[in-house]
Amino acid sequence: MQAAHDAPLGEKPVFYVTDGHEHVHSGDSTALGFWVYLMSDCLIFAVLFATYGVLGRNFAAGPTPADLFDLPLVAINTAMLLFSSITYGFAMLAMEKGKQSSVLLWLGITGLFGAAFIGIELYEFSHLIHLGATPQRSAFLSSFFALVGTHGLHVTVGIIWLITLMVQVRRRGLGVESRRRLLCLSMFWHFLDVIWIGVFSFVYLMGVLQ
Amino acid sequence: MTLDPEQTSFLFGRLTLGALPLHEPILVATFAAVALGGLAVVAALTYYKLWGYLWREWITTVDHKRIGIMYIILALVMLLRGFSDAIMMRLQQAIAFNGSEGYLPPHHYDQIFTAHGVIMIFFVAMPLVTGLMNLVVPLQIGARDVSFPFLNNFSFWMTTGGAVLVMMSLFVGEFAQTGWLAYAPLSGSQFSPGVGVDYYIWALQVAGVGTLLSGVNLLATIVKMRAPGMTLMKMPVFTWTALCTNALIVASFPVLTGVLALLTLDRYVGTNFFTNELGGNPMMYVNLIWIWGHPEVYILILPAFGVFSEVVATFCRKRLFGYTSMVYATVVITILSYIVWLHHFFTMGSGASVNAFFGITTMIISIPTGAKIFNWLFTMYRGRIRFEVPMLWTIGFMLTFVVGGMTGVMLAVPPADFQFHNTLFLIAHFHNVIIGGVVFGMFAGIVYWFPKAFGFKLDPFWGKMSFWFWLVGFWVAFMPLYILGLMGVTRRLSRFEDPSLQIWFVIAAFGAVLIAFGILFFIVQLVVSFMRREQLRDLTGDPWDGRTLEWSTSSPPPAYNFAFTPVVYDHDAWWDMKKRGHERPLQGFHPIHMPKGTGAGAILSALCVAFGFAMIWHIWWLAAATFALTIIATIVHTFNYNRDFYIPAAEVAQTEGGRTRQLAGE
Amino acid sequence: MKSYVTGFVLSVILTAIPFWLVMGDVLSTPRATAMAVMVFGAIQIVVHMVYFLHMNTKAEGGWTMLALIFTVVFVVITLSGSLWVMYHLNANMMPMTPHDMRNMP
Repeated sequence: MQAAHDAPLGEKPVFYVTDGHEHVHSGDSTALGFWVYLMSDCLIFAVLFATYGVLGRNFAAGPTPADLFDLPLVAINTAMLLFSSITYGFAMLAMEKGKQSSVLLWLGITGLFGAAFIGIELYEFSHLIHLGATPQRSAFLSSFFALVGTHGLHVTVGIIWLITLMVQVRRRGLGVESRRRLLCLSMFWHFLDVIWIGVFSFVYLMGVLQ
Repeated sequence: MTLDPEQTSFLFGRLTLGALPLHEPILVATFAAVALGGLAVVAALTYYKLWGYLWREWITTVDHKRIGIMYIILALVMLLRGFSDAIMMRLQQAIAFNGSEGYLPPHHYDQIFTAHGVIMIFFVAMPLVTGLMNLVVPLQIGARDVSFPFLNNFSFWMTTGGAVLVMMSLFVGEFAQTGWLAYAPLSGSQFSPGVGVDYYIWALQVAGVGTLLSGVNLLATIVKMRAPGMTLMKMPVFTWTALCTNALIVASFPVLTGVLALLTLDRYVGTNFFTNELGGNPMMYVNLIWIWGHPEVYILILPAFGVFSEVVATFCRKRLFGYTSMVYATVVITILSYIVWLHHFFTMGSGASVNAFFGITTMIISIPTGAKIFNWLFTMYRGRIRFEVPMLWTIGFMLTFVVGGMTGVMLAVPPADFQFHNTLFLIAHFHNVIIGGVVFGMFAGIVYWFPKAFGFKLDPFWGKMSFWFWLVGFWVAFMPLYILGLMGVTRRLSRFEDPSLQIWFVIAAFGAVLIAFGILFFIVQLVVSFMRREQLRDLTGDPWDGRTLEWSTSSPPPAYNFAFTPVVYDHDAWWDMKKRGHERPLQGFHPIHMPKGTGAGAILSALCVAFGFAMIWHIWWLAAATFALTIIATIVHTFNYNRDFYIPAAEVAQTEGGRTRQLAGE
Repeated sequence: MKSYVTGFVLSVILTAIPFWLVMGDVLSTPRATAMAVMVFGAIQIVVHMVYFLHMNTKAEGGWTMLALIFTVVFVVITLSGSLWVMYHLNANMMPMTPHDMRNMP
């Protein structure tokens, strides 16, 4: 392919790529495109964090974080998510080595950790609601449930996606498509862990401090 | 908690026959007209056996050119609805004096101004902008399509889905009565318990998904798919503005999604984000919605600036003056648009220090725009100007937009804004910049790139008629509003006490009639051009002696755009090629890898619209079902690996051979 | 492999310390603890970016880094801007003490 810098005027430059090699392949853009989408998802969380920041001290004479947050449980939950991040990392390493059954194993374990995270979170939410700390009780609780709930929804979507990918890898092996999709889910999964760092720091830990 | 528990059934939620506005003659007449028109279209399609063609070539297409055209068609159709709202308002305001109540009761008038704003911004301006970028950008960068062709199709149908929901609100139920941004607490469940705000929310959420994905798509396209040699600083200016616009889309639409989701929670679940009780804060809604809202208006204007840059250079036969400063100005505007949003609510009470900061940033942001105007003027200076219709729209823009920009700087001064805010002065300002800037720019772009899309030019006589009526009509319709605003007249009022104001409203109504003719003549232009298309035919693919790569293709381009990817050495790549004697390769064609069309985009969008409808009317079983179906359909779609095909080299050779003969004048 | 394990170990440490600081009431003032929590959180985010997401300036010609920087800037503007604006709005338009605000029914 012609090096595309200034051909001296007077000498007729090559204006077309004629060698038949595709200049761009479909799928080249996927990693960047998905990353950009993740950045936009970051901004949805920014809105939720901002809302929590603004409304998070409006307790409306109702329960406060100190009354409600069970930090040991949150610590366990954080561990679940962190473990799931590293197990996904192991899945990616296995993918690079082409070891399909390893990939499926680590993906499965990741999914289990993710499910544990969601399970614990649902337990936490139901306990709060049982105590009367419902999303309707105050703006603080509305913001709490919206932020943490949205994160939980994202993790749930990730789990569904993970299961779908496991089926696709099992059926079609580790082809170009599956690898690309596993890469996207990897970005998604780690990004959710990043958001969780924000959640446990800003919501749970700082919430308990008065 | 959320709604009137009286009339709900399991099967229909809160939808009853009472939702049909049978007692509103205007709506009944409108429905009759729409239904008849719709039936006529369906009958014609059936008679000419075009359903298969429509499905294969348009509904399922993943071709960016076709999708771009469909966006523009959507926008022009919605323009008719949005403009009807405008004419109705002008008429009401012109007659509602001296005890007359006019013909529109307040709850109806309020829906009209809300719908007018929502439709014009989300379903006219955004689709026009997105449509032009879709049509043009891949051609300008020498690419075969966008990065994600299926996503492109899906984005279009989601946008259309949002429009469908808005149009449905006209005939089933009602629309929001809150203004186009639906401020809380008016938009909350306590003060707007009906379906209006819900229609608003779901229409915007559905369309918003489409827009966001389109932003990701075009951003990735411009970054990844440029022809070899086209560095960033060799991209056409329209592509630069598209890059910045799509960055703005990706960085701002999530905020809209988030705010509307919080409002939805308030309305459906009873949370307290924006209520007046239990710790909610309605001012936070205003804050968040404008964090989206200000970048949004730059999303609208930057592509228009890009169009003008292309048009001025082409029709003055001169390289654009100050390419580098144009690029920097665009980037600076993009960044600064994030730190001005509070100027939309100076009067809400944030105090002097906050107001001063945002007032200063707002004034600063006008500077790069001014730089652009000078660059265009310097391009025109000593150029050989051809006053074709796109150039007329551009000159009209220069004269009109600048006035709007100046009134914007007036509004940017917080103490002055305490006088202007929410008066007709504000209305005049933003119409000034949106019509003078965005609309004129989009019309310039449509006329400029129409031959590329369809293979024949638009009729210049009707183009000029449309232009003059729009230009004069705009000035006649909106200058009185500046005067009324300075006299203190508040926005969104449907009846007035002071008879001395009436003359101004009458003049404004007359201006609206002139604009109506402008729109009519635009439609006439389309019809006449189609009828005269052989005389207006573009055989070379380069009817304006253009400068950028899209003009190197045939009109319309083949599905694959370029048989061979061009190599770029300079900006104004096509001009460079023409000057240095490029030769079209006539052989050695290769098979071309293309994506397949699919119905998945339309089907998924239809499911989302059904979901929205179910949520609006509280038909929970339907909401659950459509939600589940959407997820399932999405997952099923990912199991479709049969998404591409190759155009055989022989077919490429045949198409290119046809073009060779066309260029030779056979 | 090494990258993931390093990242994991760092993350565990950077998580355990803030939890300990809060649950153990270690530092003198809540303000100091809050600052520490934020700082550790920020560091852990960077750790995740580098060790799990393999964030670098080379990937995709630097575009992913640019997108990340833009996003961080917008997030900061949204967060700090909203907090600043809303604080002023609340102060001017809803004149009551924070104590009242918390106990407003």
